[in-house]
Amino acid sequence: MPHDDHDHPHSLLPPDPALRVKALETLLVEKGLVDPAALDAIIDTYAHEVGPRNGAAVVARAWSDPAFLDRLRTDATAAVAEMGFTGRQGEHIVALENTATVHNLVVCTLCSCYPWTLLGIPPGWYKSDAYRARAARDPRAVLSEFGVVLPAATAVDVWDSTAEIRYLVIPRRPEGTQEWGADALAGLVTRDSMVGTGLARDPGTCP
Amino acid sequence: MPVTRVHDMGGRHGDGPVTPAPQDAPPFARPWHARACAVTLAAGALGLWSIDRARHARECLSPADYIRFGYYEKWIAALADLLVATGAVTREELRGAPATPSPLASRRLAAADVAPVMGRGSPYGRDGAGPRFAAGDPVRTRRPARNLYVSGGHTRLPAYAAGHSGTVIRCHGAHVLPDASAHGLGERPEPLYTVAFRAADLWGVSAHPADSVRLDLWESYLESP
Repeated sequence: MPHDDHDHPHSLLPPDPALRVKALETLLVEKGLVDPAALDAIIDTYAHEVGPRNGAAVVARAWSDPAFLDRLRTDATAAVAEMGFTGRQGEHIVALENTATVHNLVVCTLCSCYPWTLLGIPPGWYKSDAYRARAARDPRAVLSEFGVVLPAATAVDVWDSTAEIRYLVIPRRPEGTQEWGADALAGLVTRDSMVGTGLARDPGTCP
Repeated sequence: MPVTRVHDMGGRHGDGPVTPAPQDAPPFARPWHARACAVTLAAGALGLWSIDRARHARECLSPADYIRFGYYEKWIAALADLLVATGAVTREELRGAPATPSPLASRRLAAADVAPVMGRGSPYGRDGAGPRFAAGDPVRTRRPARNLYVSGGHTRLPAYAAGHSGTVIRCHGAHVLPDASAHGLGERPEPLYTVAFRAADLWGVSAHPADSVRLDLWESYLESP
């Protein structure tokens, strides 16, 4: 099978991206290969149902339920499945715990692999050339662009998602939240903190 | 000699700063991004190609197109190329000729099946040979980073990590080998490992001495040092 086709068929479609998508969608629907109602269902799933709230619930439970944290360390795929988080681009999950001495940062330099079941569709910056090119080589500079400055003594472990393992960063639990329940804790957990480009919110800044 | 493709950009110099986005930004910045995502997933559910072949189709965009296209433009261009390569649509149909009903229509993803199909996913673990390496073992990555079956073919060993010494930190069991799966050569499952490299070994003096980079690498990417 030739893998390089220098006469790429895609060039036969209209150049404007929105028109390209529309032309291909129309063709696939006419051929009976795609059901427009299925497209609406997929969009609804990833626009409204599957998103970083899932990951935040996992982090909040990891912070507040030691038995769950143990299961997350042993088999994160099974642990998050207990909470109903299974599926496409979340088939194999590993949780990475930030500590006082180690900060974890996740990237996919080769494409844009991301734990969809826990964080939803990746944000634009995660898919950008700048992030893919620089996160592995210069993580501290990238972190500073997100406003995160780590102590020099903190090691940065960068995880390049080169296989089907999907990584969820467990940010450090903020000080002063010992009495907080899981729902309130989840409100401190941002999307970026679960990729490693952010920290959990300071409880002083949350209502 | 490097034999990279344009997508293999880890470590590249010259890109500007990363632009963060609000935590609550909508997942699809434009309506057509959502349609492109949905059309790609629905077409993928026809089962005509593996995820590895789909990734390789994006990597095979010309370097000029790869750089110029946004994320979902890459997806749609690669989808059109895959649909023609698998015979699901014709070039004439892409040009606007009247569409012929497809014999594959019985495979169409129904709306009612979206939730179960997306919720099930496609696990990539397989029964296979036991691991040659254990956690703690020193290993060295193959150099250059290239597909051993197909010249210029798909691989998941980034160029920046080729020819470097690291330490196995975890074995994940046998997983489908992308280098084979992308090219219709079967799944050829191999033990998959997470391997840690010192950042200073990969990047030199600019790296922080405490930092590391970890990659998930198949057994055939690795040698004993």
